[in-house]
Amino acid sequence: MSRILPEREVVIVGFGWTGAIMAEQLTEAGMDVLALERGVWRDTSTDYAVNNAQDEVRYRYRDELFEDLSRETLTFRNTSDQQALPMRMLGSFLPGTNVGGSGVHWNGQTWRFLPSDFQARSHNVERYGEDAIQDDMTIQDWGVTYDELEPHYDYFEKICGISGKAGNLNGEIQDGGNPFEGWRSSEYPNPPMEMVAAPLKFRDAARELGYNPFPGPSANMSQGYTNPLGVQLAPCTYCGFCEKYACGNYSKATATTTILPALMRRENFTLRTGAMVLRVEKDSSNSRATGVTYLNTEGEEFFQPAQMVILAGYITHNVNLLMQSGIGEIYNPETGEGQVGRNYAYQIMSGASVFYDDDFAVNPFVGAGALGQVIDEFNGDNFDHTGLGFIGGGYIAQWQTNGRPIESHPVPEGTPKFGAGWKKAVRESYNHTVGVGAHGAVMSFRGNYLDLDPTYTDAYGRPLMRLTFDFKQNDIRMSNYLTGKVAEIANAMGGREVSVSPVKTPYDIAPYQTTHNTGGHIMGDNPGNSVTNKYNQSWDLPNLFLTGAGNFPQNPGYNPTGTVAALAYHSAKAIREQYLRNPGPLVQA
Amino acid sequence: MPWQPGEAVPPTAFDPDVTFFTEEERAFVTAAVDRLIPADDYPSASELGVVDFIDHQLAGAYGRGDIYYMKGPFRDGLPTQGYQAQAPALLYRQAIADIRAGLARNDLADFTELEPEEQDRLLMGLSEGEDELEHTDAKTFFDTLWQNTLEGYFGDPVHGGNRDMEAWKMIGFPGARYDYRPWINHGGNPVKLEPVSVGGRMVP
Ligand SMILES: Cc1cc2nc3c(=O)[nH]c(=O)nc-3n(C[C@H](O)[C@H](O)[C@H](O)COP(=O)(O)OP(=O)(O)OC[C@H]3O[C@@H](n4cnc5c(N)ncnc54)[C@H](O)[C@@H]3O)c2cc1C
Repeated sequence: MSRILPEREVVIVGFGWTGAIMAEQLTEAGMDVLALERGVWRDTSTDYAVNNAQDEVRYRYRDELFEDLSRETLTFRNTSDQQALPMRMLGSFLPGTNVGGSGVHWNGQTWRFLPSDFQARSHNVERYGEDAIQDDMTIQDWGVTYDELEPHYDYFEKICGISGKAGNLNGEIQDGGNPFEGWRSSEYPNPPMEMVAAPLKFRDAARELGYNPFPGPSANMSQGYTNPLGVQLAPCTYCGFCEKYACGNYSKATATTTILPALMRRENFTLRTGAMVLRVEKDSSNSRATGVTYLNTEGEEFFQPAQMVILAGYITHNVNLLMQSGIGEIYNPETGEGQVGRNYAYQIMSGASVFYDDDFAVNPFVGAGALGQVIDEFNGDNFDHTGLGFIGGGYIAQWQTNGRPIESHPVPEGTPKFGAGWKKAVRESYNHTVGVGAHGAVMSFRGNYLDLDPTYTDAYGRPLMRLTFDFKQNDIRMSNYLTGKVAEIANAMGGREVSVSPVKTPYDIAPYQTTHNTGGHIMGDNPGNSVTNKYNQSWDLPNLFLTGAGNFPQNPGYNPTGTVAALAYHSAKAIREQYLRNPGPLVQA
Repeated sequence: MPWQPGEAVPPTAFDPDVTFFTEEERAFVTAAVDRLIPADDYPSASELGVVDFIDHQLAGAYGRGDIYYMKGPFRDGLPTQGYQAQAPALLYRQAIADIRAGLARNDLADFTELEPEEQDRLLMGLSEGEDELEHTDAKTFFDTLWQNTLEGYFGDPVHGGNRDMEAWKMIGFPGARYDYRPWINHGGNPVKLEPVSVGGRMVP
């Protein structure tokens, strides 16, 4: 029997990037907000102290900041005819647990999507005809437009103090920025980061080839900064321990370093850690969420009633909570019916390494998570796809993120796998190798989805969620096309030799790729094609909202968090300005 | 916020008395990791404490698989389905026993007594998944051993490997430094700094 707690106005499940954004926005509007986070409280100065943070074994390889799979994981297979097996160890993606979520250990490459990305289907059909959408591709428009999200992108960039250079200010193309980006209402709040040598090699080669390289938009501070909430961030020190690590320096924008210091002081906000939410409860007529059931760390069960529930647990957990709670119908790839779990997508990565002789030292350890130079000529629909046999694209970049030696010890092609030859190659290459990467879109397809596993269960006795995913032809062709462009630039960077790494297929759950999982509770313009409306409000239960990349109908060629955050602010605005006056569906089905 | 001044959460330090391997297992792993990273002008894996590192790791949360999903049924997976073996400590135990038993069955010398080339061939066979083991997956064992070897060799010495930061000196990694601002404009010239550990030791 669960203990019944006093009712709260808003309960937020999960306290990472979007949980913090929603809590801040709704408490600011005077609402009473309780956030439930399964992990623990963490403090920069103690838990991530600068003298402890740079520890590869502890953080990257013993998962100190990542989720604990002994509690809950998913099963995986490439195709529906295979037997799914549990993801026993983390690999391909590394979601977080604890206050701050995955945002604590992100890299901070902070993008906006292209305006046309939000009209993925209609835009491509209009330009290339129906045939551009291959048979089993299930991409669709978002139901929200870039123009609607622009103010929210802008605000998030100011909360974070993003370092960058605008390429399009109110429609006017700016020198030195990304000429392909959507319009911005203002310049980035901080100037671009000062570049180290490797991204400059990329920049010069790209320029020579006629491209428009620009500094990557970075949540690592290029200078000291105070954000609109009055919270201060410190200049980045280029320590090279960003992604998979917490920043001990207050130089990387995370929920912890940008929002919490202001939010934690508000009296109408409560955070309860060690609260593992098992399901969302509904009333008997299936028309409203009544609250959530959760376990504390002693295993005691509580029912937390609430007038509004917001799922902010990262895509995998949001989708799982919908399935475990019987909200909506689980997707069936045979019939195409059911929306929950549909249109799971990811990111497709490839790259090249340029090896230099002794006369050029890369000093890869002088780096930062979002320190780099990028070209966007081959992203989205920035180039003519006629005759290419695919839609979509990605950016090509040289990010100088790290020289962490367990993770990064590149060797040229033909090096033995191990032994004396390998050791010599590592020694010779460690300080003389520059990586160039292509960060590609993944469309959604009928055969890529989430549902429940018939065999395996989690520590709470619930079925595990099952992931069925593989890279499909459209995306493989796209990625190979981008890889060709990567090789072209890499070859122009003046190295001794180049080795190219095209995307490996089939998709493998073990090697780290990105934590850019998307879809499964996608947004759209009607309940027949989506789980949420354009405000990320559930079509089924109007007092249930969902944040995160689970809302993406497919995944464009950029890192997700800029858009994840913009959607959350957009949703919070609708709650504040429309829902509170008239609690009910914000879009009529 | 619940913040206390002057507090920090240091790493769990290496403890040489907390170990997992039997004597035979230790000898096997020593021989194997020294083929993976042999001595040249720079130390071999075991010389830098990689065996001690692995031994200690397997005796604790990592070896037990505390944070991994370790519920059955256990099945052989496809190559894309990742780790499907028992917890790492058991994986080492089963794999080493199977490899040694296989050698004995074929009247071959113990792994530790094979010629280096034969040891390499055997390791290569495991790594390509060519050789089957009776109780566990050969490639998973190789991949785990190789990964743990890299961790012990290149990881922070606070965990028992990379003694005196020799591996970092070999490649020129300055270790657990947190402020490279003076070197942003290095312009492609090597930044030469003595390494430091999260344990705080400066090497003279
Ligand atoms: C290594 C790494 C690098 C990244 N780099 C980038 C980058 O450079 N650029 C970019 O755009 N994005 C990056 N990302 C992605 C970025 O971190 C995420 O997009 C972002 O954190 C998502 O925010 P969220 O609020 O949806 O989820 P999170 O920030 O992950 O927060 C979810 C929270 O919910 C909690 N939770 C989950 N389930 C439950 C439950 N049942 N009950 C209670 N609590 C629960 C979790 O513990 C967690 O704290 C990176 C991610 C990783 C892991």
